[in-house]
Amino acid sequence: MKRVIKVMFLLALLAMTFSLAGCGDSGKPTLKVFNWFDYIDESVYKAFEKEYGIRVIYDTFTTNEDMYAKVVSGNADYDVLFPSDYMIKRLINEDRLAKLDFNNIPNYKYIDDRFKDLDFDPNNEYSVPYMWGTLGILYNKEMVDEPVTSWDILWDSKYSKNIFMYASQRDAIGVALKRLGFSLNSRNEAELEKAKQSLIEQKPLVLAYVGDDVKDKMVAEEAALAVVYSGDAIYSIWENENLAYAVPEEGTNLWFDSMVVPKNSKHKKEAELFINWMCDPENALKNTMYIGYSTPNSAAYDMLPDEVKNDKSAYPDDEILEKCEVFDDISDVLDIYNRIWDEVMTAN
Amino acid sequence: MKQYRWLAYPYAVWMIIFIVVPLMLVLFFSVTAKAPDGSIVLTLENFKKFWEPMYINVLIRSVLLAVYSTVICLVLGYPLALILAGRDFKRKNILVMLAVIPMWMNFLLRTYSWMTLLEKNGTINAFFGTLERLAATYLNMELTLPRVNILYTETAVILGMVYNFLPFMILPIYSVVSKLDRSLIEAAQDLGGNNLVVFKRVIFPLSLPGVLSGITMVFMPAVTTFVISRLLGGAQFMLIGNLIERQFLFSNDWGFGSALSIIMLLLILLSMGFMSRYEKENSGGGLW
Amino acid sequence: MRFLRRSYVFLVFLFLYAPIIILIVYSFNASKSRGHWTGFTLQWYRELFKDRQIMNSLYNTIAIALLASLIATIVGTAASIGIFNMKRVKREIMLNINYIPVLNPDIVTGISLMLLFSSIKLPLGFTSLLLAHVTFNIPYVVLSVMPKLKQMNKHLYEAALDLGATPFYAFKKVILPEIMPGVITGFLLALTLSFDDFVISFFTTGNGVSNLSITVESLARRGISPKLNALSTIMFVSVLLLLIIVNIRTSKDENERRPKNEKSYQGNVFVSPSSHDI
Repeated sequence: MKRVIKVMFLLALLAMTFSLAGCGDSGKPTLKVFNWFDYIDESVYKAFEKEYGIRVIYDTFTTNEDMYAKVVSGNADYDVLFPSDYMIKRLINEDRLAKLDFNNIPNYKYIDDRFKDLDFDPNNEYSVPYMWGTLGILYNKEMVDEPVTSWDILWDSKYSKNIFMYASQRDAIGVALKRLGFSLNSRNEAELEKAKQSLIEQKPLVLAYVGDDVKDKMVAEEAALAVVYSGDAIYSIWENENLAYAVPEEGTNLWFDSMVVPKNSKHKKEAELFINWMCDPENALKNTMYIGYSTPNSAAYDMLPDEVKNDKSAYPDDEILEKCEVFDDISDVLDIYNRIWDEVMTAN
Repeated sequence: MKQYRWLAYPYAVWMIIFIVVPLMLVLFFSVTAKAPDGSIVLTLENFKKFWEPMYINVLIRSVLLAVYSTVICLVLGYPLALILAGRDFKRKNILVMLAVIPMWMNFLLRTYSWMTLLEKNGTINAFFGTLERLAATYLNMELTLPRVNILYTETAVILGMVYNFLPFMILPIYSVVSKLDRSLIEAAQDLGGNNLVVFKRVIFPLSLPGVLSGITMVFMPAVTTFVISRLLGGAQFMLIGNLIERQFLFSNDWGFGSALSIIMLLLILLSMGFMSRYEKENSGGGLW
Repeated sequence: MRFLRRSYVFLVFLFLYAPIIILIVYSFNASKSRGHWTGFTLQWYRELFKDRQIMNSLYNTIAIALLASLIATIVGTAASIGIFNMKRVKREIMLNINYIPVLNPDIVTGISLMLLFSSIKLPLGFTSLLLAHVTFNIPYVVLSVMPKLKQMNKHLYEAALDLGATPFYAFKKVILPEIMPGVITGFLLALTLSFDDFVISFFTTGNGVSNLSITVESLARRGISPKLNALSTIMFVSVLLLLIIVNIRTSKDENERRPKNEKSYQGNVFVSPSSHDI
């Protein structure tokens, strides 16, 4: 019996030390960063911590909506967020972002001019681009012996149960809209209804609606076709040469993930320091090389190895970019989108 | 020992704050909504939203899958529990402990392991491939074994549920049967009953409390899971757990999410009420 | 007949353990492939320990599990004693409310707590996670200790008082030893539940504080990584060791105390997690 009490006492001590150890460096200023899962080279922000003596609390999310829900619930006070284009537009419209003081972000000059003053942040007051890319079709050359030029191939019953769709509401509905020749920011109920029908028709052909694990699954050759982001495609092709990436001729989504600072952040100066750090060419290079996505930082781009620079999947020609649309904030018709996705997901 | 009553008061306060109030909040969110002018109104629209084929189907599908899983667990687990409890295996204790260990492994890792097993190029199919190759090389035989292609189907989800919950069916039944008074069985045998009769008349009825415990412990998590359907079902089967999670973490519709939670709670209470008609009063306040 | 029995047991155990064994075997596989063995390596174990995120969540999980179980055991044991001595009506009410987290599906418990924290504007993080864990642990402690209190011979306590012991001394020497097995079971049960919890933690944490299950889920959603296999192996071995130690100890204790002709499941105290977190 005494033994048991002693053991429990020891455990208690252990527990205390564990938790106290956690409260260790409460002296340093902290910066709370909320980013996509696995979307940074850790050494970059660890170096930031060393350089400025600021402790970085790094939290991750898997979808924009996930991030939005946490930020809006008021339970979290992040200092830097990495939302995508349409989500940034929504946050701006809802007055949740702080205007950045670009005097604190001198490295902004390295950002390619093509990526400044984008639609969702017209005068570029709130955001600094971090990564960009397209949405396209990743396919296995051994399993698909025809040219991949249109979204229609994802509706081809030849590939039944050999197709991965992205488990993302906007991307899936966007693809369906684009295939039918509509804008992927459509607010037109008739167009949306057709897109919904399309997706429901497609469902029996779909092997699964996956998330980030699509990379791994395509590398393991679990399916012939998948809808992926260009960055994921790059990574997959590095790992398995049988894969290739194509942007369909109907056009696709051009997306940007940018860094923003929420209005209620209490560490705005540190946040801007962090954003500046990320725009440092060396750091931007590290990040893009680690995660495989395309960098908007022209100085970093110049330092890329040639085979990456010339990779059309990562850095498409302007004529392809012409056909791409950036997502707009459709939160006014969000209910319709939510409903469509519910119907697709619950269909048989 | 009346003077010890006060020991329970801190917990009483805790329970109110962390059990009662949160549930009240769920109820609150389910019956209120924000009117256009920002004020809060009492309404049943969150519940009405559920009342349409799409969402009702989700509930039905969840219940069906849970029922299949529970039945399979029962069919697989009952014999095992009986065998373990009946025989005086020399190493019975070790066997029972072995049955318990999988429960201690993190359930996410267990579900994840099935993902690796069931993939097109996963372990099971690769194993068949290796067998085919070996047969060709060493036995000069053309062997074509079937490939397992059930990942991302409902079968995979049921498999995942059965795998995760089987120990929870085995344990309660084992626990009850192993405590049965042996003399009852001996008496039945003395009175001329063969094994089948002894089972039907003595063992089975007395094992029912364990069976009911097992059913509860399997059905409830099975009907409310959202991880198994997401990982093994390829997000194609929206179960009620997924639907609720979606409302809170994606659609930001706390009202509808709360209403769904209340509906789910009612469902569970109903099934428990239904089952407790067959159950003796659980008087000791014990676990099973 | 015997053969049938034995083979059935074997088959079921095969079903239960095959996935685990395969996970373990492939944790030593040189390539990421799930189908082909390309060579033995400890690479994944090394990467596992270098992975800051996994290590952080492991630390969080252990810290929360220990703290929450300790708090829950103390509060729960005290509460059980108090409830045991209450009048019938109050006792029933307490026990029924106590049973709610056990009855509730995890997702409802998790969401209700999230709503609570949101309403009182408590930021989600280590504290909210700890509070949530304590909340769902206490009922199991109570449910483990109460039967022991019922089984206890209450006259022993009165006898001790009659013999001149102070209430506290009588408590320490008479009541505590009787309920200790229940207290320990409760503690271990709480420990397992906290360690394994996913759903409730998912809704009640934030601020970078992740527990093991949450990290595993994000990693599993991302794709298969043999690091997870390495993690499973380590966990499996630890759990195995732990269970062996616990069972040896308790069967020693039980055999010392129980009369030999009791027909209970000879000496094994079943410590098992609830199906709750699924």
